[in-house]
Amino acid sequence: MAGFAGYDMPISYPTGAIEEHGITRRSVGLFDIDHMGQFEISGPSAESFVSRMVSARISDLRVPMSRYSLLLNEEGCVLDDLFVYRLPKSWWIVVNASNRETDLAWLKSKASPGVQIDDRSDETYMIAVQGPKAIQLLDALATLPVSATERFGWCKTEITGVPILFGRTGYTGEDGGELFFPAEKALYLWEYILNRASELGIEAKAIGLAARDSLRFEAGMPLHGHEISTSINALEAGFKWACDFTKDFIGKTALKAIATRGLARKLIGLEVSGGVPREGYKVADNQGRVVGSCVAGMFCPSVKKYAANAFVEPGMANPGTALKVIIRGQPKDAMVVKRPLYIPAYRR
Amino acid sequence: MSVDAKARYAQSHEYARLEGDLVIVGISDHAQDELGDIVFIELKEVGKKLERGQVFGTIESVKAASDLYMPLSGSIEAVNDDLQADPALVNREPYGNGWLIKVKPNNAKDMEALLEAKAYASMVGEE
Repeated sequence: MAGFAGYDMPISYPTGAIEEHGITRRSVGLFDIDHMGQFEISGPSAESFVSRMVSARISDLRVPMSRYSLLLNEEGCVLDDLFVYRLPKSWWIVVNASNRETDLAWLKSKASPGVQIDDRSDETYMIAVQGPKAIQLLDALATLPVSATERFGWCKTEITGVPILFGRTGYTGEDGGELFFPAEKALYLWEYILNRASELGIEAKAIGLAARDSLRFEAGMPLHGHEISTSINALEAGFKWACDFTKDFIGKTALKAIATRGLARKLIGLEVSGGVPREGYKVADNQGRVVGSCVAGMFCPSVKKYAANAFVEPGMANPGTALKVIIRGQPKDAMVVKRPLYIPAYRR
Repeated sequence: MSVDAKARYAQSHEYARLEGDLVIVGISDHAQDELGDIVFIELKEVGKKLERGQVFGTIESVKAASDLYMPLSGSIEAVNDDLQADPALVNREPYGNGWLIKVKPNNAKDMEALLEAKAYASMVGEE
């Protein structure tokens, strides 16, 4: 178990991290992600407020759609990454556990009259069901089939009497979804899904934090505090695609200035041989000059490679560039590679 | 978790098992379970002479990297090359095919300084 934002969470279940990773890639993984925070934003000025607060375009977001976005500060650095759901009468914002308090304080400090922000985190539970058989499993359990919902869409359905908001999203690179439902039904629903999967002959297991990390890492998704943070701007992290420069949003002015003067560093992927790269390890060129450092690194079970994400000088960022990662004092061969290492199911 | 009754154990969870005039060194079942899935192992080369307590390699699990310490002084006579392709052998068969190195001890009597299986089992809370 590990402490995470005030929650006790298993690094792995008895299944083991690598097998948990494999089960999610080949069948279904179940993720207890109640630590995620949910805010509901409503009121006559809600849309213009949300649009100014998040980097992505939301003016074209209709019911029942959701979109990935960043929450930036005035410097263009990343307070958090989040999902914005367009509900019929409000906006549903899903944020990271460790940032819930600061996100809420930030949003409230920027809110004008006509904007209501409600923290729904405590009353809302969240389970992710991910993997190539996740939709098949949920279709068999839900009163309204979730397969009719498109990627990044959402629907309201019910499983064993529990009302569910289903979002066809996730953090693994696999198909599947995330379920929002009343917190008091958590254990009941968790066990029901696992039991029904077993009855249906669909392999499904609980997945811990280590596999959650390796799944998201392979699929090229960021983890706040690593690839994105309040000391990393959206452009150097490669998130220009999540910023709509045709609208006003907090951080836009800073990002435009950064784009004009050029990036000081860039997020890259590295394949490493002869060791496991980890967060904090230095990256050097072939002459031994330090050109950056790793923000995450691990063994990637599906692609069977040792890999890192690192920030390096822009001149070192092209795929194919030969670099070194310093592992316990020893320079190990590394090569810049295109991210992601594992192409998500919905992009294949 | 199991304990190999024929082996002796270091406080740092390496085992040493005398076979002929060589000592097979690995990590205990308890240690591999604590580490979790093992993904990489780096070992010093054959011929290296090391004192008890010196680092003979590093073992990396999903969670972290850990140094491996010589349970007794001697020279490395063999390293388990199978671990390069399949480091998880240490998880599956810590006392068997997941051995790490074979050591020619400076003095076989140094084995007596290590914990007996029963004492080690009680140290890690497994009787």
